[in-house]
Amino acid sequence: MTTGNWFCLLLFPLILTILAYPIGVYMAKVFSGGKTFLTPIVAPVERFLYRLFTVDPNEDMPWKTYTLCLVLLNVIGIAVLFLLQLIQGWLPFNPQKFGAVRWDTALNTAISFGTNTNWQAYSGEQTMSYLTQMLGLTVQNFISAAIGIVAVIAVIRGFIRKSAAAIGNFWVDLTRCVLYVLLPLVVIMSFVLVSQGVVQTLSPSITAKTLEGKQQVIAVGPVASQVAIKQIGTNGGGFFNVNSAHPFENPTPLTDFLEVLGLLLIAAALPFTLGAMLKNRRQGFAIFAAMMILYLAGLGIFTWTEMRGSPLLEKAGVVSGMNMEGKEARFGVVNSVLFAQSTTVTSCGAVNSMHDSLLPLSGMVLLFNMAIGEVIFGGVGTGLIGMLSYAILTMFLAGLMIGRTPEFMGKKLELPEMVMVVVIIITPAILQLILSSVAVSTPAGIASLGNAGPHGLSEIIYAFASASGNNGSAFAGLNANTVFYNLTTSLAMLIGRFSTIIPALAIAGTLAGKKIVPASVATFPTASLLFTFMLIAVIIVVGALTFFPVFTLGPLLEHLLLAIGKTF
Amino acid sequence: MKSKKINIWQAKFIMPALTDSLKKLNPLMMIQSPVMFIVEMVTIVTTFIVLYDVVTGKSVAFDLQICLWLWFTIIFANFAEALAEGQGRAQADSLKKNRSEAKAKRLLNDGSTEIISALQLKKEDMILLEDGDIIPGDGEVALGTALIDESAITGESAPVIRECGGDRSGVTGGTRVLSGKITVRISANPGESFLDQMIGMVEGAKRQKTPNERALNMLLIALTVLFIIVVVTLKYFAAYMGVHVTLAILIALLVCLMPTTIGGLLPAIGIAGMDRLLQYNFIAMSGRAVEAAGDVDVVLMDKTGTITLGNRMATEFIVLEEGEAKELAHAALLSSLADDTPEGRSIVVLAKEKLGIHGSDIRAPEGAVFFPFSAETRMSGIDWNGHRIRKGSYDAVREFVSAKGKPLPEKAQKIVATIAAEGSTPLLIAQDEQILGAVRLKDVLKEGISGRIAKLRQMGIKSIMITGDNPLTAATIAAEAGVDDFVAEAKPATKLELIRSYQEKGHLVAMIGDGTNDAPALAQADVAVAMNAGTQAAREAANIVDLDSNPTKLLDLVEIGKQILITRGALTTFSVANDVAKYFAIIPAIFIVGYPQLRVLDIMHLSSPESAVLSAVIFNAIIIPALIPLALRGVRYNPTSASALLRRNLGIYGLGGLMLPFVGIKIIDLLISTLHLL
Repeated sequence: MTTGNWFCLLLFPLILTILAYPIGVYMAKVFSGGKTFLTPIVAPVERFLYRLFTVDPNEDMPWKTYTLCLVLLNVIGIAVLFLLQLIQGWLPFNPQKFGAVRWDTALNTAISFGTNTNWQAYSGEQTMSYLTQMLGLTVQNFISAAIGIVAVIAVIRGFIRKSAAAIGNFWVDLTRCVLYVLLPLVVIMSFVLVSQGVVQTLSPSITAKTLEGKQQVIAVGPVASQVAIKQIGTNGGGFFNVNSAHPFENPTPLTDFLEVLGLLLIAAALPFTLGAMLKNRRQGFAIFAAMMILYLAGLGIFTWTEMRGSPLLEKAGVVSGMNMEGKEARFGVVNSVLFAQSTTVTSCGAVNSMHDSLLPLSGMVLLFNMAIGEVIFGGVGTGLIGMLSYAILTMFLAGLMIGRTPEFMGKKLELPEMVMVVVIIITPAILQLILSSVAVSTPAGIASLGNAGPHGLSEIIYAFASASGNNGSAFAGLNANTVFYNLTTSLAMLIGRFSTIIPALAIAGTLAGKKIVPASVATFPTASLLFTFMLIAVIIVVGALTFFPVFTLGPLLEHLLLAIGKTF
Repeated sequence: MKSKKINIWQAKFIMPALTDSLKKLNPLMMIQSPVMFIVEMVTIVTTFIVLYDVVTGKSVAFDLQICLWLWFTIIFANFAEALAEGQGRAQADSLKKNRSEAKAKRLLNDGSTEIISALQLKKEDMILLEDGDIIPGDGEVALGTALIDESAITGESAPVIRECGGDRSGVTGGTRVLSGKITVRISANPGESFLDQMIGMVEGAKRQKTPNERALNMLLIALTVLFIIVVVTLKYFAAYMGVHVTLAILIALLVCLMPTTIGGLLPAIGIAGMDRLLQYNFIAMSGRAVEAAGDVDVVLMDKTGTITLGNRMATEFIVLEEGEAKELAHAALLSSLADDTPEGRSIVVLAKEKLGIHGSDIRAPEGAVFFPFSAETRMSGIDWNGHRIRKGSYDAVREFVSAKGKPLPEKAQKIVATIAAEGSTPLLIAQDEQILGAVRLKDVLKEGISGRIAKLRQMGIKSIMITGDNPLTAATIAAEAGVDDFVAEAKPATKLELIRSYQEKGHLVAMIGDGTNDAPALAQADVAVAMNAGTQAAREAANIVDLDSNPTKLLDLVEIGKQILITRGALTTFSVANDVAKYFAIIPAIFIVGYPQLRVLDIMHLSSPESAVLSAVIFNAIIIPALIPLALRGVRYNPTSASALLRRNLGIYGLGGLMLPFVGIKIIDLLISTLHLL
């Protein structure tokens, strides 16, 4: 590996941490209603919006009301996006004259963007009008990201409030999230992207004459703004089909670096928000550390396998053993690996290389990142919800082992919380396994496969892990734009999303109603290395126990077969 | 601590437990433990597979052995529960042995009595008890005073006094009246006494799951559901890869993955916890209270009776003039002969020690006139040999002396002030109009109390002393005993308010009480321990009754509460950690024929695929009985920091749970191949 590569791999986590911390603290201030440097500019807009929608910003909602507002907004958003795609042919801003999107694709896309998954069964530049992209997809990119963030804020309030009946005001949280957090970051990011050459225009595709005298259609559009939010909001839905591998989405090494940073930024900042809101910064660090260690461990294995390359190439006498298949030559192995690892640990799903071409063990790392429920940073908000769920599970065991009825951050963990945590943790796992097993045993499922044997199995598991983890990246190789996959992945995305957010808000509600047990020498300090270590162990053990058999048959077997020269 | 531990490993306990474990196979009973219920269901399916094998003439050796070991898994789990129940029943039986044989003399309206069996006694019945009678049921002394031998229940041989009114009116069935005649109002119907309630909690069918047990149970069910889906979907993934997996192997894999170790031992752990309470002579009214005991972080203790011995004692004579020590001691002795209060007696004891007098009897000097101690005069004394010797409180003695026209010497005033400033109570001794010196009366700590309080602090429990004394006295005792805080000049309502304010701040409060005016506070406390000798009101408000009436036993209670939780957590961790090795045994076994490359996963190098699966199943089954002693005894608890405790238990049960099955399965595999079982 070159020095530049090392530099990139080592510097990146450092820069991420340095940037995430202040943003996390800033978000804590935003959601505690405190004044920030943006208040003078944004507050009038905020007040105007409350008046426009007759929202009483002082209303404090019980968790059920909060959840109802959230779910209603999300469901209506999905419905509107679905309709928009069906009638886009009659609407303006459609210079390419695209007709209605096929119903199952439209449904899949609506759910996909509404659930912050951005699984794209379609090819963006060949399907969606500019209006659909901007009013439909980009709006949902904002809303779905904001919904995830406010959900985890509500959960944090559950921990800090004492004997309270309410967990905050959904509309206020949502508005503040968009105005104070998402928009400013997206504006900054868009400008940088445009300055680097990412296109931002409403004109139709450009037709160019190539050197051979042939015609080439070059798709353009309002790309920069969508790319910015797809990264910042861990949405991942690109303007173009090849996503961040496209030179108009990701033209330079700087944009590549920024896009990776952008997709991790809020998810990595949220643990610090937790720490700041708890007034226990060390707790934030302990959770962040668990995420970072898992992230780096995966990155390490991943880089190692890709740098070692395929044994087949080595046998064929290719000198540089690095696995360059499916990678943009502009980015090379390390940048592709960094992007792929980052996009799968967060539920972003934007890609700058083809994951299908990764070596089997690399694919296993990505699968693991998603399969455990997107908790290593994870989706904005939902990632921390998942991590906190694992933390609650960890503390349930730890509490018992120190001889106390379990508690976490002063809140007793009882039956209701444990039921919800279990739903959050095992639903995505169950979903992936059941849907994948249906896919491998039905003709409709098998028909879409581009590869046979263990690799085919990996493709299918990847699809459902990605959908139920609300990631949205694809292993490709699998033709997912069929009625079967559109419907099954839609189901996975919907259940995956709401089996996280609704139980999380229920936990917020029950926790808020509890007293806070003061810490004593008999309390296990959760802002500690031992806690971080145990949390990581629990995540790995739960993940390993669930996916051992299927990973053995998929990526592991493929890896072993590759060693004896068998490919699929 | 006297604990009456019953050795459970005897044929008379094991045989009935074995029978019981077969009876418990009834699915209607099994459903109480959902994890084991599912094991039973799939085992029944396996049994049908074996029958099908037999009918179709296939080789039966493998399926049959799997099937048998699955049945053993269930029976072992049942056996653990039955054994714990048996232990509890034996423990309770030994407590109530005397009860059923007893006869009772019931008082009739006309004042006469009739003799009936103790079993016929109803609540509110009045019974008459005389010397040598066995008290037939729980109740409260309504009339009279008696000396009672409670050794049958508490194991304590010193008899105790129980009298009507006051805070020492409770009597327990099974104890014996040594002397005295009392009328007792029975407070429970047959089958409803504390002991009966406790027995109910030990026996599985009536047992209510505690909140934490329910949460853990839910977690185990969730794991089970997850593993069912892992195993069922595996069949389809395998089919896609062209491998057929038999139902028997899938079931074997499922049972191995399911948390059968903790699922099978969970009821036994809870019951054994109750058994341990009984061993320590606690009777718990709810399992919840026992669990809460492990969480208590504030404990309220009465000063008198809990931290100090009941009464103040004379610890020192302080002379006014140098060299008159002997005279002072003598005067103190004489003036206190007529003082029957414990304080007075303690002065006599101290004086005898100072004077070097041995023997129990001191003859009163001839021709002496005694002035016994009374609450009005607050003085006692003697007129003898032409002298008037008096001992009493500062005010009383001052009046006695100054009546003769002499003011109290400055030195005497100084001594009194010093003693009071040190938190003790000064008494003055005067002969005629002259002050001889002072006696220091001091609260005496119970033996070992400061050690126990220090241990409470190590456990993270804050101790608070409550007393009606003035702040100075209270502070002295508090410092000596090492309590974390104290409340002086407390009124009966103070305790209740204090508990509420601590609970408001999120603390879990334990309270030990015996008096009727403790009842509201007991009812408010999270863990309320009533002394068995306490009043009926106190006992009813409490959720735990201490048969020994020994307040320092709270420590044992906390330990038992913690042990139950630790045992649950440790075995859950162990159970889940075990699964890793089982995967490494079974997954290669399933696929090795179709994909020989997967041999790399067979890190244990097991002799054959069948042997691998069977070894895992056998390990999974025998680990249950192997852990029964631990489940019944409970994981050891040492007061130490939470992190140290967690590190230790994670090391033993997490890491140990990860490694042990690799070794265990390998050994079983070696045995199977050596014995040619397959």
